[in-house]
Amino acid sequence: MLVDRLDIGPDEFAAGTGWDIKPEGACKGEVCVPLPSGDFDLEAITARLGMAIVADESGGRWAIGPESLGDRALATAETPELVLDDVEGTEFRLSSLRGQKVVIVSWAPY
Amino acid sequence: MTVSLELNGPDASRDLIAAASPEHPSLLDPTHRMDALFGVVNIPNVIWIDETGMIVRPPEPGWPDDRMALPDDMLAAIPELGSAPTAPTPPAEGPGQWDVLGSGQARVGYADAIRDWVRNGADSEFALGPDEVVARSQPRSPDASAGAAHFELANALWREGERAEAIAHFNECHRLQPDNWTYKRQAWSLLGRERVGGKYGQFVQAPLKGEESDWPFASDFTSDVLATELGGYYPKTL
Repeated sequence: MLVDRLDIGPDEFAAGTGWDIKPEGACKGEVCVPLPSGDFDLEAITARLGMAIVADESGGRWAIGPESLGDRALATAETPELVLDDVEGTEFRLSSLRGQKVVIVSWAPY
Repeated sequence: MTVSLELNGPDASRDLIAAASPEHPSLLDPTHRMDALFGVVNIPNVIWIDETGMIVRPPEPGWPDDRMALPDDMLAAIPELGSAPTAPTPPAEGPGQWDVLGSGQARVGYADAIRDWVRNGADSEFALGPDEVVARSQPRSPDASAGAAHFELANALWREGERAEAIAHFNECHRLQPDNWTYKRQAWSLLGRERVGGKYGQFVQAPLKGEESDWPFASDFTSDVLATELGGYYPKTL
């Protein structure tokens, strides 16, 4: 996720990463990672989740990389929410297909 | 559901989507959310999700049939290509590009595996449990997380016209996550689309012959494929 400041709060962090901050820790699906007590601390949380923070040296912007827990791309088999537009700009949510089997095919025109 | 991993806006995918006349959701992913959220690292990559929202097969190569043919006019439209000056030297006795691209995951039978799962659900031999899904998902080290972050910055900077800064972040992304082919192919295709153009310019993912010194990326498609062992480009998972 891209941020223009590093003092973001838990709601913005959850919206960008899929990790909710709860009393038991940072949670995604059934997986919860305990966190140090105290206020939301982006640096401590990203370090705990194995998320890199990379600065855009040309301006006040940072990218937060995805988690690297357990050295695997998926921390849980529970499907994360995915919100993308179609070619006409209409928003679509993967969760709207709940109740059906879904096959996602990633492709590219290159 | 299909997702196009392409930062160049809707028009880059529009004609291909129209030609397919999809009856399913056909979406655009300009920032490669599929890579970060699911661990997609190449195209085509396929993910299976059951009715409860659980992934039962993580991203893996998959095709509807065994076709590998290219459009008749495609190869004639590709100019003679060189190699990036800093690209790895191909092994002297290594397999050829098409050998590597055609190795690994079997193309025949993948669609039948999906049909088996549709019929049999969790009883299908192809449906995986949650622990195996996580274990079989792509490796992701802290370096790979940093690579994804560099890609996101590169993507944004390119769209803003900050080409030099974008390319620096693309190169760092490729160094940190060398097994992610969508991060590499996306970046290389940007220059082919500009320099060659036409229907197939985006498939020019290497410097033109004689223009190698003007190629800003650390490697190129053919060089990296030739440096990949058989089965490494589309790993066998079925």
